Amino acid sequence: MARMHELAVTESILEIANRAALDNCASRVTDIYLTIGQLSSIVDDSVQFYWDHISQGTPSAGAVLHFQRVPARLRCKSCGNEYELNEELMPCPNCGSIALEIMSGEELLVDHIEVLKEE
Amino acid sequence: MTQRVEIVRRIMDSNQRVAAGNRALLDEHSVYAMNVMASPGAGKTSFIMETLRRLPPGVRPGVIEGDTAPVTIDSDKISALGIPAVQINTGGDCHLDAVMVELALQKLDLEALNLVIIENVGNLICPAGFDLGTHANIVIASIPEGDDKPYKYPNIYRGLDVLIINKTDLLPYIDFRMEYFSQGVEILNPGLKIFPVSCKTGEGFEAWMDWLTRTLPPKA
Repeated sequence: MARMHELAVTESILEIANRAALDNCASRVTDIYLTIGQLSSIVDDSVQFYWDHISQGTPSAGAVLHFQRVPARLRCKSCGNEYELNEELMPCPNCGSIALEIMSGEELLVDHIEVLKEE
Repeated sequence: MTQRVEIVRRIMDSNQRVAAGNRALLDEHSVYAMNVMASPGAGKTSFIMETLRRLPPGVRPGVIEGDTAPVTIDSDKISALGIPAVQINTGGDCHLDAVMVELALQKLDLEALNLVIIENVGNLICPAGFDLGTHANIVIASIPEGDDKPYKYPNIYRGLDVLIINKTDLLPYIDFRMEYFSQGVEILNPGLKIFPVSCKTGEGFEAWMDWLTRTLPPKA
């Protein structure tokens, strides 16, 4: 099977979560909250698929992945118009300028996790 | 008891750290490195070969070839030119990452070189997320791929330093709207350096070679 970049992304998520569990003396990780920008070419199902396999036998095994998708927002440098990108890239719908700034949508973060601690 | 642990860390951080190490190593040896990305068949190897043939005397190149399969077709072509080449077989991975490049750099005599060209795996999606520690990210787009690629693969156009548009000799035969293509590129990467070339006819190579030779740092 071809290994897509989601595998490397999933491995990084696992490394970050396991490290945080260790640093916080937690016995296991229950939830992982990811922030993924709309423009970042990540397929959630693919990450989930790899996750189910590679998290086995680690403190993060069975942790639930939560994908928070961030829409792509653009700002027109010519007229200041801000808009959300729904389909393909296009010039400013207000003035037609192509001088645009991508404000959000490229995030690829582990925002926070929830861990189980034994008293 | 469950507890919330704040992380807010970029998922690609660990690759980024290795990439920074690669860049430091290259800088230490005054070696300029470029990461050449493209879809399969865009002409990465032809472009690299043509660039190597046209390098002025005094430029000492080395090449790192990335492929998903254990083949040495590309690195053999480079070696035949008498240029040091290292083959990376990614074992199915769709992209090179900073660790693979770190290992490959160890196989090159960096002291003897001042330019390293890295040919990434043919793919427009996966390589975009992986900084290799090079000084320039280059994409080769080619006319037959169509003019909608910046719209379909925005990621790879974002982190680019140079865009090569290859196979310009095919423009008369293919409906490629240069204006539409350029508009997408400009939205994603304003002011990007663009060189239209044809590896077949050699057209456009002069401007590219001129830029490259001026960009190479003097060897310390």
